[in-house]
Amino acid sequence: MMRSRNPVAIALVVIAGLLMLAPMLWVLALSLKSNAALMADTNAVFDGAFTLENYVAILGNGQVFRWIGNSLIVSLGMTVGVLVLASLAGYGFARLEFPGRKILFVIVLLGLAVPEQAVIIARHQLFSWAEWHNSYPALIIPGLSAPFGVFLMTQYFRAIPKELDEAAMLDNASRFTVFWKVLLPLTIPAQATLGIFTFLHAWNDYWWPLISATNKQMFTLTVGIASTQMNFAQTEGLGFLMAQAVFAGLPILIVYLFFQKYIIQAVAGAAGR
Amino acid sequence: MATARASKHDWPNALFVLPYLVVFVAMIVVPLGMGMWLSTTKGDLFGVEANVGLSNFTRLFGDPIFLETVKNTFYFVLLTVPALTLIGLGLALVLNTPARWATVLRTIFFASTVLSVTVVTLVWRLVFLPDGGLLAVISEALGRTPIAFLNNPDLAMPAIAITTIWWCIGLPMVLFLAALQQVPRELYEAAALDNAGRWTTLRRITLPAISRTFVLVVIIEIILQFQLFGQPQLMTLGGPNNATRPIVLFIYETGWRQWELGYAAAAAQVLFAMILIAAMAQYLVASRKGAQ
Repeated sequence: MMRSRNPVAIALVVIAGLLMLAPMLWVLALSLKSNAALMADTNAVFDGAFTLENYVAILGNGQVFRWIGNSLIVSLGMTVGVLVLASLAGYGFARLEFPGRKILFVIVLLGLAVPEQAVIIARHQLFSWAEWHNSYPALIIPGLSAPFGVFLMTQYFRAIPKELDEAAMLDNASRFTVFWKVLLPLTIPAQATLGIFTFLHAWNDYWWPLISATNKQMFTLTVGIASTQMNFAQTEGLGFLMAQAVFAGLPILIVYLFFQKYIIQAVAGAAGR
Repeated sequence: MATARASKHDWPNALFVLPYLVVFVAMIVVPLGMGMWLSTTKGDLFGVEANVGLSNFTRLFGDPIFLETVKNTFYFVLLTVPALTLIGLGLALVLNTPARWATVLRTIFFASTVLSVTVVTLVWRLVFLPDGGLLAVISEALGRTPIAFLNNPDLAMPAIAITTIWWCIGLPMVLFLAALQQVPRELYEAAALDNAGRWTTLRRITLPAISRTFVLVVIIEIILQFQLFGQPQLMTLGGPNNATRPIVLFIYETGWRQWELGYAAAAAQVLFAMILIAAMAQYLVASRKGAQ
């Protein structure tokens, strides 16, 4: 059983928790202040009226919605793509015999050790030659190659008792029917983990969309927020930047509060592979 | 290549793995090989001009800016990895209880992990801003002159490290929490019977039981923090005076600002080799699972 805790340790952790929250609360508070008040005196945060004008300014700026739409398309596309490819491959590697299966699986596992930096320059070249930059496929396809999903699904399919497939095969079901009707429904927990991880990863991805999407219309939200940040001084003011940070961060924080358990599981699972 | 049991007859089964393999080859195998080849060439956006053998690598190791980025990257890892590991462990030890207050705090400590690097850097720029930032307001209230953290060559990297620790603390915490859940309860019961104190229990039972996780967290964090890119790219542009320029930012700028793709590819290979060493260590520790 857990023993009673040192009150000093608890106090330290509570203080650390407040320090974690402080930057977020600071940004939230300033986002509700008018730019004029902030220009005059940054201590305005402690007095004066709250206003939603910064948020109104964002809503009036259609570009942000375009970027959110792009992020949704790219993240959902990548999530669906990864789930389909990883499920098929996981089933194939875990359950089927075909020439070269073992060596191919080992090669895919070796791919886990390849960092993005080692391939990104050549990927960029390939998409340039194909004149494919500034498109949704260009933003989605590189993410489909991550071996983590195949690794996870293969493990999961291996853990399912083989008797299930054998019984179905006796009923003359095809390989694909066994996969689709019998085994796939049993992998829903793994699908959820992999799906959440992929979505979060795609939503927050920065380097690849930064170099692939150079057209403002094709920016994802991450790159869009970065582009306005670049002209820190010239932007519409502190309050506007603050509101933008809240606008970009809050939805994902709310999703996190609802799916906390699964998100933590997915992130920890991917790191501890 | 055919294994003993597989026969020609089984070829159609490979159709299940084929779609993934096509993407894997096109997006990982080919770019990896191409990147290695590019690193031996001199070329730009429009194509390869000449094969230059290993001269990109000799140039790298004589390039003071590249060497500085290597130094900066190690400095950053040194600033972040021990802190992330120890704070993560401390949080996990205190928060490893089902009590309500601990649940709320765990939620808070992991929340920043789900944010993107652009939101995190935006938030922290607004904290470090000398003119109206959170720290400036606090130091003015205390009667001190605000410091321009991100413009100070000695303070910029620590500022980026603090930002990163704030962003990344959730992962080490949950990895340690997961490990603590695995420690057999009987061990604690036996310790309680022996009237072992809190400190003795921690040192003799808890820490040895999670030693493997400790090593894994250190390696995972080294690999992650080695790839530092977005924070300095967005907060300082590598400055002041290259003080916060890490290897990945060097690769990015050489490749996409100066369009020296061959040279950038060579730097990427050096980084790849460093990460590979850490990844191999991770594999060795992870596969020792059975031994414990």
